[in-house]
Amino acid sequence: MIKLNINRKSYELDVDPETPLLWVLRDVIGLVGTKYGCGVAQCGACVVHLQGQAVRSCVTKVSRAVGQEVVTIEGLSENNDHPLQKAWLELDVSQCGYCQAGQIMSAAVLLKGNKNPTDKDIDSAMEGNICRCGTYLRIHKAIHLAAEIQRKNPK
Amino acid sequence: MEQFKSTTHSRRSFLRSSLLAGGGLMISFTWFAETAAGTSNGTDLPEWIEINGYIKITPDNIIKILNPNPEFGQNVMTSLPMIVAEELDADWQKVVIEMGPHDNVKLGPQFTGGSNSVRMYWKPLREAGATARRMLMEAAAQSWNVPVEEVSTKAAMLYHEKSGKSGTYGSFASKASVIPIPKGVKLKEVKDFKVVRNSQKNVEGLKIVSGKPLFGLDYKHEGMLIAMIEHPPAFGMKLKSFDAAETLKMPGIKDVFRQKLYEDGFEQAGFDTRTYNELLVVVGKTTWEVMNARKKLKANWEPAGDSKETVNFRGQKREVLIPGQLESTDAQLDKMQEYANKPAEQLRRDGDPEAAFKNAAQVIERTYNAPFLAHNCMEPMNFFAHVTDEKALLVGPLQAPGWTEPTLAKVLGLPADKIEIQMTRMGGGFGRRAYGHYLVEAALISKKVKAPVKLVYTREDDMTYGIYRPMYTATYRAALDANKNLVAFHVKGGGIPEHAIHANRFPAGAVENYLAEAWQIPSNITIGAFRAPRSNFNAAAEQSFLDELAEAMGKDPIDFRLELLKKAKENPVGKNNEYDADRYAGVLKLVKEKSGWGNTENNKYSRGVAAYFCHNSYAAHVVDMVMRNGRPYVERVFSAMDCGIVVNPDAATNMVEGAIVDGIGNAFYGKLSHKEGAPEQNNFSRYRMIRHSEAPKKIEVHFVQNDIDPTGLGEPPFPPVFGAVANALYKSTNKRYYNQPFLGAPLQPKSKPENKRSF
Repeated sequence: MIKLNINRKSYELDVDPETPLLWVLRDVIGLVGTKYGCGVAQCGACVVHLQGQAVRSCVTKVSRAVGQEVVTIEGLSENNDHPLQKAWLELDVSQCGYCQAGQIMSAAVLLKGNKNPTDKDIDSAMEGNICRCGTYLRIHKAIHLAAEIQRKNPK
Repeated sequence: MEQFKSTTHSRRSFLRSSLLAGGGLMISFTWFAETAAGTSNGTDLPEWIEINGYIKITPDNIIKILNPNPEFGQNVMTSLPMIVAEELDADWQKVVIEMGPHDNVKLGPQFTGGSNSVRMYWKPLREAGATARRMLMEAAAQSWNVPVEEVSTKAAMLYHEKSGKSGTYGSFASKASVIPIPKGVKLKEVKDFKVVRNSQKNVEGLKIVSGKPLFGLDYKHEGMLIAMIEHPPAFGMKLKSFDAAETLKMPGIKDVFRQKLYEDGFEQAGFDTRTYNELLVVVGKTTWEVMNARKKLKANWEPAGDSKETVNFRGQKREVLIPGQLESTDAQLDKMQEYANKPAEQLRRDGDPEAAFKNAAQVIERTYNAPFLAHNCMEPMNFFAHVTDEKALLVGPLQAPGWTEPTLAKVLGLPADKIEIQMTRMGGGFGRRAYGHYLVEAALISKKVKAPVKLVYTREDDMTYGIYRPMYTATYRAALDANKNLVAFHVKGGGIPEHAIHANRFPAGAVENYLAEAWQIPSNITIGAFRAPRSNFNAAAEQSFLDELAEAMGKDPIDFRLELLKKAKENPVGKNNEYDADRYAGVLKLVKEKSGWGNTENNKYSRGVAAYFCHNSYAAHVVDMVMRNGRPYVERVFSAMDCGIVVNPDAATNMVEGAIVDGIGNAFYGKLSHKEGAPEQNNFSRYRMIRHSEAPKKIEVHFVQNDIDPTGLGEPPFPPVFGAVANALYKSTNKRYYNQPFLGAPLQPKSKPENKRSF
């Protein structure tokens, strides 16, 4: 049995400890907001937070998540009101939308440690997240906007 | 699976879960309390009254609009219902939007591709909205006993001003639904639009940013198994034998078997393209278990040899020979060069091009090459199928349900009305999901294992079993007289296995002596539509060539194009010129103005310009390039588009921005190469995609304002990016870029040493 804490909820699962966290989330628990894109940590569609750090769940064994706090896009905020989610909606960032959960999860870690990121900070934090539709410009603006929302309403 | 198409609403699946156009989810209604497994609590079902295929209304005035067309990021879930809401006079913020079922009778052609969604639905959806509004007005007029002309509408309400009577659409919906459908109902004046032409937010935006199940890979069904396919490692190979003993010992594995797709002599329709007719299938409980177990398969492959296929494309039946050789990119380039020197098929001829070239003072000749491209949709190919002896349910991402259904019916031996296809949101499409072979694969696997199954391609499967953008080449020649006037133009293009030449497009019509020729080389590498097919190569080659011509003639590249367009308008050469010279010139003039073309303050940028016409729309871009850490970087882009009426301006802007980023990415890096038939790239570690830092930080999109019915937008802004980037690279590096991809490892034809360069 593997004990996990995902989005502040406890789970006890009978899974192979070698299974990537991504597939436990998607196939076993049913949290499908975290996406499969490449399986080799190249595209960022599967980014989740492990103890507040962005990890690629497609190459993170579920055993590594034991005793750690896992947050997925479904648990990023209580009411879908994370500054990034607000900014994403305000700027209508998405096209197909498939990569956006991963984009937001990567950006959330950046904003946690950096209240006022520069263009360069955003560039380097987001380099691992591919958007095939090419919404990078809006993602970039939305991160700036989210930082602004966050500065105005510090938690 | 109790209900089939044309049933008004099934609440089994999350696909149909509804959302308010205003952004909220209608989760407060118990009847939307659905689970992903597809069970409904069945209480408090709303009474939907169907006014027509697109519009349903409840007595308490909830209005639902069905989006007919598959959504792959072009935002039709929002833009198409907007058109209905406009004519219906509904309150957009309160409308419920749902993805429609596959039902060509009620919901039209349901095809996403060719930048056609808005174009083909513009009139039918306006008519659907206007006709429904008229029926509601007539119902109210009858009840109130007043002339229908005196009834007015606003925000889903009906009014009779004189008597002060009013009522909701919902209160008259039942009565309206049985009124004979009126013909020729007057549509709104464009100037009166309130919803259309105003930016409306993506109705699925909230679901996307909160990780709700939306995509095919997210779909779940009770008892669903996971299937994966093992396909041959190289084009031109086939399965010989396999040993699955080790695989079958792995946890969760149910079955391993060979699966044939089409029977011998199967008549393929135009979009039945598939590469491998026999696949090795692994079925198991979970994705990871199947992925793991696949690694234990022992498969033996052998050369497939030449084969024949029968293709029936729009009534034209022909036998196609699929050569069996194992192809390599270098050999393909050599072969293209060989074909380029042979006589080719003449596509168009104006004047006397041979004489003009013979008598020319100067001839400029350049050859351009571009590789195969993989679509690389972020959501790999996948589909759910549950096939029984009586019927089939298929759920997932696809662009053309109406093309795939007849194929499924043939392959499964079921009547079309026993096949239900539900369309999920697609994690990208770009043309790839117009080819429904993966539905056929999923359906046959489900039939074999007698269980609901989801077929999942890994990224590697997706990239190495593609329906790719073809490999292209084209040689352009221009003849100048002693005064440096352009007197003849010649393009000879080819490709593997298709050429890209659009013979009747600009500059055809603008040059007195013109010749277009083409040839193609058969191949076993499967190809198909890729965002702006053919145009995506032409606009790179032709627009680079025009830039080089302008330079040789000592002319400004925009002015040179405008001169040619003036000639095409005032004194057009030949027949069947596809483009409207005024609209073409219009985008060039607009981008010239908006980009400050010629202003010295822009001298710090290496500027490249290009324009193109396709899918009935016009696009012109100016890209501003700088060198950053020794690498070229497109810092900003100015874009001018003419696609007629813009339904949803901000979303349209987003689409153009995306097309520009997509264009830069593919121009710089896009390449799928082969060695002995095997693709050399199988994941994003080897297939270079444009990344966040490489996207421009500013893209200014300007739309020509007119009242022309909408034309395409998904594709038109994409092709000219390649040309504009090539022209900016020249300004930046003083070298011309003839071979794609421009950075990284471009194609290197041996016979064109002058085309070689390194960065």
